[in-house]
Parts: sequence; C-alpha cells; structure tokens
Amino acid sequence: MAEIRWEWISRNADEIQARTIEHLALVSVSTALAVAIAIPIGVAVRGRRIPFATATGVAGILYTIPSLAMFAFLLPIFGIGFTPAVVGLVLYALLILIRNTAVGLEDVPPSVREASVGMGLTPWQVLTKVELPLALPAIMAGIRLATVSTVGIATVAVLIGGGGLGSLIYSDGIQRALFLTPILVGAVCATVMAIVLDLLLVLAERLLTPWARARGAR
Amino acid sequence: MSLPAEVWEAFTSPFNDGWGQTRTHVELSAAALGLATAAGLALGVLCAKIGRGAAFVVITVSNLGRTVPTFAVIALVLAVSSLGFWPAVIGLFGLGVPPILLNTYTGIRGVDPGAVEASRGMGLTPPQILTRVELPLSIPLIFAGIRTSAVQIVATAALAGLVGVGGLGVIVQSGLSNSQTDVLLAGAIPIALLAVLAEALFGTAQWLLTPKGLRLARRSAPRRPRRTM
Repeated sequence: MAEIRWEWISRNADEIQARTIEHLALVSVSTALAVAIAIPIGVAVRGRRIPFATATGVAGILYTIPSLAMFAFLLPIFGIGFTPAVVGLVLYALLILIRNTAVGLEDVPPSVREASVGMGLTPWQVLTKVELPLALPAIMAGIRLATVSTVGIATVAVLIGGGGLGSLIYSDGIQRALFLTPILVGAVCATVMAIVLDLLLVLAERLLTPWARARGAR
Repeated sequence: MSLPAEVWEAFTSPFNDGWGQTRTHVELSAAALGLATAAGLALGVLCAKIGRGAAFVVITVSNLGRTVPTFAVIALVLAVSSLGFWPAVIGLFGLGVPPILLNTYTGIRGVDPGAVEASRGMGLTPPQILTRVELPLSIPLIFAGIRTSAVQIVATAALAGLVGVGGLGVIVQSGLSNSQTDVLLAGAIPIALLAVLAEALFGTAQWLLTPKGLRLARRSAPRRPRRTM
C-alpha cells in the first residue's frame, strides 16, 4: 500500500494554496457565467414544449460529452489557459441550470400569476417580483448541483492549461509515476471545496427566501 | 490534407491504433458497467428491504459519488494499486455503483404499497413480489441510473487512458503532449461518440423495457404537479 509523504505537503503548501485559489476562480467564474446565460434561457423557454426540448436537448448533448473530449475540442479554438477551461465548464453547467430555472418557473401556481396581473403588475414585474422569487428554491438547487459538479470537472482543466487542483493530481501526481500524496491532496481539497461551497449556497438560499422560513415556523 | 482526413489518418495509423484502443475502451467500460449494475442492483434491493437504516448509507454513498471528482478517484485507485486493466475496471466500477444503487433503492422504496399488498393478496411470495412487481415498476428509474453510470464510466475510462491504462484517452494524451491537433481529435471524437452512443442505447433500452402500463400512466399524468400555496 503506497504511503503519504507528509513532508511533501508541508514543503509544497504554497503551491497547494495557489492551486486551490486557482480552482476556486475557475469554479466561481464558470458558475456565475453559466447562471447568467442559463436563467434568461430558462425564462425564455418556460412552458413552451418545443423551445424547452430544444434548449435542454442541446445542453443535454453537451453534458453527455466527456470532459476530456470537450476540452480537447475547445483546444484548437481557444488555445490553452483559463478561457477554454471556463468555456467548457460553462457548457457543462447549462443543462441543469436551464432545466431547473424553466421547471421552477413553470411550477408557479397560475392563480398567483393571475393575482399579480390583476394587481396591475407588468409582465416584467410579474417575472422579477413574483415568479423568480418563487422559483428560487428550484434555481438554487440547480446552482448547488452545478457548482459541485463544476468543482469535479474543473480537475480535468489542467490538461488544457487551466491549472487548479487538477494540477496536483496530474502534473505532480500522475506525471511523477503516479505519486500518491499530491493526488490525495488534490482529491481531498476538491471534495472539501465542493462540500463547503454547497453549504454556503444552502445558507444563501435560506437568506434569500425568508418567507420559506416563516412558513415553516408557523 | 483536410482536417477530417488528417484526423482519420491519425486514428487509423498503427502508432495510435484507433480501433484497438476503441476496443479496449469499450471492454473497460463494459466490464465496469456490468459489475456496477450487478452490485448496484443487489445492494439497492438489499438496502430497500432493510429500510430506514440503510437510507443513510445509500444517501452517503450517492453524495460521495457526486462530490469526489472522478479524475481524482481513478487516479487514486491506479496510484494505490497498479496501472492495469483490472485495477482500472475496479476504479470505474466504484464510480458506476452509486447512481444504480440510489435509483434501485429509490425505485423499490417508491413502489405503490397498494400494488405490493394486492400482489400479496393474490398469493405471491416475497421473492415473486420482488421480481414480478417491485423490480418491473422500478425499471424506468433503474435504467436511468444505469444510463448515468454508463456515460460516467465511458467518460472516466477516457481519463484512465490519460493515465496510461489503455483506451482512447491514450490517443488524447499523445495528441496533448505532442501538440498534434489531428491526433487529439482522433482520440476525442470517438470518446464523445461512445458517450452519446451509450446514452442513446440505454435511453432506448429504458423506453423499451418500461412496462406499457407505466408509459401510458406517464403520458396521461398531469404535466406538472401543482404546489399548493
């Protein structure tokens, strides 16, 4: 059974920290971009069968393509570095975000929508003040899933120069005759990051939907 | 030469051995998927029968499977054992079990209790109830899990190839280290095609194996469940 070299960890603490921050940057930028793109699409296709099927169909195919292949396809177009990594990560996050946004919005009871129109709200106001807030749990669930999966996929980004924790796994681990310690460090850091980000998003959801808490307390 | 022709040249060249690596890739994936399905089904049924106590185990396994990066898992397994076909299969098997386990468990637990009682009333023994009622009713969910695992395994097998085990990832690795786009694509395109093929194959199988009653029920069910205010 291979052993863990603790001295490696203390000697390379700086690199571990730098890679973690790199990884965090990859994940946050990609998720933010994906949300910015997916929510308008989800709003646009909600309730409409063919646009919904098309959007989720395309996003679904993108999601099915293995990350290694996807990054390989992006390489000739974008070169190496941060940009192709972010593009790939955004494409993967789209499916879950579009689907959850559209379904979350569709689930708003028609009576609520009618009531708001009856109160004189414009369609834009209905969307922003009524529908989106009510769809927030579904959207947040999608953001949580997308974030956790992005943390995982971002480990492959090292192959096209994206850096991040994958660098510990690949450059320091696999390419050094399968050196176990950095692989383990990369794995643990990525897993912890995914868990922490997920918890932070749960907290954010609680803060953004005070009415849900109030209802539960009654 | 045009790019598609170059890519094809690279794929079929004896150095890259495109067809051979494809075969290895499929062998790795099929072996892992077969084992994962057997284990996932068995464990799923077991946990479903144990009941509440097993729910924690199932959920934890499923969460771990989703949270730990697959690249890290395959690298870990290979680093701890050795660079070979069966260690890779074991790593891939580990990744493929959680979706099947979770979906089998959820499917069987979610079977309408009325249906189970009715079959008991008709005189079916528990094993018969399992095979003739509970499992068939869970097939859509179980196959959804197998589908997820299949795509996951094909994708991670590519990463295993990157590490050097064999399979199409080896070609991608070669293209990456020599900065040869045609070789890179000669590996990446088949990987993408295999994944899409797996998804389509199991999606169709899922549709074909869903008992007609469930298919009809799904079609006539209300489009979206309405949440009450």
